[in-house]
Amino acid sequence: MSIWEYANPAKFMRTTEGALPWLVGSAAICCVGGVVWGFLTPEDFRQGSTVKIVFLHVPAAMMAINIWVMMLVASLIWIIRRHHVSALAARAAAPIGAVMTLIALATGAIWGQPMWGTWWEWDPRLTSFLILFLFYIGYIALWSSVEDPDSAADLTGVLCLVGSVFALLSRYAVLFWNQGLHQGASLSVAPGERMSAVYRYPLYLSMLGFLLLTLALILIRTRTEIRKRRLAALQARDMRA
Amino acid sequence: MIALLIRDMRLATRAGGGFGLGVAFFLILSALVPFGVGPDRATLAPVAPGILWVGALLACLLSLDRIFALDHEDGSLDLLATAPLPLEGAVAIKALAHWITTGLPLVLAAPLFGVLLHLPMQAVPALVLSLALGTPALSMLGAFGAAITVGLRRGGLLLSLLVLPLYIPTLIFGAEITRRGVEGQAITTPLVFLAGITLAVLALIPLAAAAALRVNLR
Repeated sequence: MSIWEYANPAKFMRTTEGALPWLVGSAAICCVGGVVWGFLTPEDFRQGSTVKIVFLHVPAAMMAINIWVMMLVASLIWIIRRHHVSALAARAAAPIGAVMTLIALATGAIWGQPMWGTWWEWDPRLTSFLILFLFYIGYIALWSSVEDPDSAADLTGVLCLVGSVFALLSRYAVLFWNQGLHQGASLSVAPGERMSAVYRYPLYLSMLGFLLLTLALILIRTRTEIRKRRLAALQARDMRA
Repeated sequence: MIALLIRDMRLATRAGGGFGLGVAFFLILSALVPFGVGPDRATLAPVAPGILWVGALLACLLSLDRIFALDHEDGSLDLLATAPLPLEGAVAIKALAHWITTGLPLVLAAPLFGVLLHLPMQAVPALVLSLALGTPALSMLGAFGAAITVGLRRGGLLLSLLVLPLYIPTLIFGAEITRRGVEGQAITTPLVFLAGITLAVLALIPLAAAAALRVNLR
């Protein structure tokens, strides 16, 4: 099994058709399970019940970053080897990543209001997420404004490469610019900083759920993109006939 | 290459509206800010470094679409692409011409607008130095954005959406240098970072911009 087999859209459609129900089902079980289990955890002695927002906030933030990395890899595969499904997967992933970024920002604001006393603070982590959101918007806007699909894939691929470098650069530049309010690593393995197991295991389940959910959404959207391309090809054939 | 540089600069100066428009925009911005935040020195001086940097950035943005759009319309961009000169070189030269016609006047005019915004005198060298180091990166990144959007009919808004996030690191370090100049602190660290960003941009972005142009010219 190599990714090159799935450069054939027909093969990709066949395989994903079988895999999708399982993926969607397990994503639903893990997401609901993680969030409900998280909701039933005891209240934190300092943060009270607001701690429960962590089960949405952390997985969404994690996926927001990972989806961009996935887009970067998919763009590289497209640019180097012209893997068409890969380009479509990058396109399909972008809006999901933007929504995940928005969820992370919104839940962070709702959490920050009672805990930090402010909806928004120009903290390095918050700021770099806002910048990541801007990059997502630019990427999506470029995809939708170029008509020829191959040119659009090429241009967005180049933008994704340059954007990745600058997103990373901004991430460390903002550290220079302002001090943070946000905590450091949330899932540190060092025993002293470690989150209590009561919260950790539901969080792992929720993170797994978000990962599966993202995979399922990307596959569904990629399938839609492939169908759109087929439809466009059929229409073009009709016009000529 | 020199012929191309001279041609681009001549077009920018003679075609009306391009040359000096950036500086005029910068002037208007510097004149509008006091109306917005109030005229007294105590409010203006602390925000002056940031306003000047954001103003320079926006002024630079104004003329970006001209880098490739006119050449794309009359077909001379296709000639450039097939010429013996590598397209990366042509992109770098056109970015240089853009910098000379918009970036350099901004650098030279900035101390004057600093006076309008009550920027303390001791910060002027830091302001000029940071702008002189940072604006070449702005022109080069702008050329990249222009290369991506050159084939689009309504590229202007998209261009700013794509380019402005790329300007963030330059803006952070440039404004930081000026702010430290105001407070009389050492400016070496952000200066080195800014120089590093500019050099990396000048070395690598022409490759990306040329790749985008080749896609658009296909």
